[in-house]
Amino acid sequence: MSSPSSTAAATIPAVVRLRRIPLPALAVSSLVLVTTALAFVFFVAPNDATLGFSQRIFYFHVSIAFAAYACFGCGAWQALRHLWKRDPRADLASYVCVHQGLIFGTLVLITGSIWAKIAWGRWWIWSEDELVLFLVLYLFYCAYFMLRFSVDPGPQRANLSAVYALFGVVLIPVSFSAIRLAKDYFHPQVFTLHGPRFGGWILVTYCIAQAAMLVLAYTLYRLELGGKRLDTRLRRLREALA
Amino acid sequence: MSTAEKYVTAAYCVVFAVVLVYVLIMALKLQRLEREVDELAGRVPDEDAEEAPREPARVG
Repeated sequence: MSSPSSTAAATIPAVVRLRRIPLPALAVSSLVLVTTALAFVFFVAPNDATLGFSQRIFYFHVSIAFAAYACFGCGAWQALRHLWKRDPRADLASYVCVHQGLIFGTLVLITGSIWAKIAWGRWWIWSEDELVLFLVLYLFYCAYFMLRFSVDPGPQRANLSAVYALFGVVLIPVSFSAIRLAKDYFHPQVFTLHGPRFGGWILVTYCIAQAAMLVLAYTLYRLELGGKRLDTRLRRLREALA
Repeated sequence: MSTAEKYVTAAYCVVFAVVLVYVLIMALKLQRLEREVDELAGRVPDEDAEEAPREPARVG
């Protein structure tokens, strides 16, 4: 038989419960997970039979890519909340999510280029659709900031930003499936409809790295959102005192 | 150290550096916000300082 407190906890949505985790606890969790992931990447995971040592970039490259997709997806969700419920806090949350996604997207491009240099001998190949499509997704979200800061703060800016962020989410499945469009160069396809194409320590290491990147992204999101909300409140207070 | 090892190390160092720079920027921003809070707190008149010079009024 469940106690009243456990029943109440079960009814609280998961998102609300995530918000209740204190920021220092999140920061410590991120640090522990990232350190564990690094230890697994360099000391536990075996060398790949085809790609050798360079395959170790995969653990963070793919994890960061999924964290970037999660940030963009979360940004779209918050944008939808803003348009649907007219919650002014959702606009700021959407903006912070897109900003986080862009930071993680930058890391995907950098780590991907380094991996391409080792595996293919070139930093970037314009003829490869999977690279260009991720760059399109990245530049699309770069333009989000151009749009946002070209409009004066207010409901119009919030609405325009929300609609733009919602459109961007369409590019995520396109970018994700783009690695199947690789033509001349082999881009590893790690996830298929039948599940991941690896197991053992490689899978364990990947799962830890993925958890580390998601928790790190959420921690940075909370940190930035807290700072931005404080900034907004201070500005209002300053205006009221003036 | 082989070429692959150098590149892999560089990739992880870049990830670390970017996250570190981001956290530093956030820390600087929070410092600025703290200064602004102090500045606003300075504008609010101190109640103790106002009450101190008061003397009891003579009655009668």
